[in-house]
Amino acid sequence: MAYAAPLPISAERPLSIPVREIAPWALFAFTLAAVVVYFVGFEQGTLAIFSSDYMHEFVHDARHLAGLPCH
Amino acid sequence: MRALLLRGMLSGVCAGVLALAFAVVVGEPAINRAIAFEEASAAEHEHATPAADTHDASAEAKPVSRGMQRGVGLAAGLLALGAVFGGIVAIVFAVTRGRLGALSDRGSALLVALLAFCALYLLPFLKYPANPPAASDPGTIEARTAAYAGALALSVAITASAVVLQHWLARQRGAWDATLLATVAGVIAFALVALALPMYSELPEGFPGETLWRFRLASLGTQLVLWLGIGLVFGLLTERAGSPARKEQSQ
Ligand SMILES: [Zn+2]
Repeated sequence: MAYAAPLPISAERPLSIPVREIAPWALFAFTLAAVVVYFVGFEQGTLAIFSSDYMHEFVHDARHLAGLPCH
Repeated sequence: MRALLLRGMLSGVCAGVLALAFAVVVGEPAINRAIAFEEASAAEHEHATPAADTHDASAEAKPVSRGMQRGVGLAAGLLALGAVFGGIVAIVFAVTRGRLGALSDRGSALLVALLAFCALYLLPFLKYPANPPAASDPGTIEARTAAYAGALALSVAITASAVVLQHWLARQRGAWDATLLATVAGVIAFALVALALPMYSELPEGFPGETLWRFRLASLGTQLVLWLGIGLVFGLLTERAGSPARKEQSQ
């Protein structure tokens, strides 16, 4: 089957993965994403958890290019 | 599932490297021009009111140098975003696999990545386009952050609803009609959101339009490279690894 896939539609429907198996990994991935996006985008002003703004300034250019609000 | 998530994050790092190359070549020149404008107008301001603006002086003493921001800082930010965005694509891919439509693994990896690009960047961008340094009023940062977070949350909710609507309609009306109707519904819903959210027009007088335009294109390009890279690399790796569901169910 691996050799013949000229179209993005497969002949047989791919098997689904049980939700119960996905859930813990989903929790991990979304928590990690929230933490990273928070540090890149929102760690500032009244929202700041850590008093130092080193992290905020360090990822400054990435924040602007990610379209997140800044100065 | 662990292997799938790792592949997603790995493809995110690969895509982050590509996005970094794009950002350095296309994005940084625009950022540097914006900062040059910022410094020129700050110097002019100081000149006009020599009664020492103390907050300007404190802004000079930044904890991170420009060299760090445009080099290691940009790289760290983009690679970290790439890794977690890749993880999100892997999770959504795992949930939708075999549940929505009959796309192959590579096709659905790319589709998931493009939908995530629309939900997490493109739709919010249409209401609040990316701004280069010095193009916004620092005094409104909290209001702008809240408005952006609101646009982002509603964009994700609308995109997810449109996917569910497409799936539901496809059973009765076929894939073409269902996709068109769901897209139109999603666009109308987000247009209403965009009309309701506040607008911020804070561009300082004299800010070069060329720099604004180039920065926005660079931002759009960087994010497109990032998400396209994730979709293509993750699809390729997943296909190479064979059918993850079959393998892991047998374990
Ligand atoms: Zn900034």
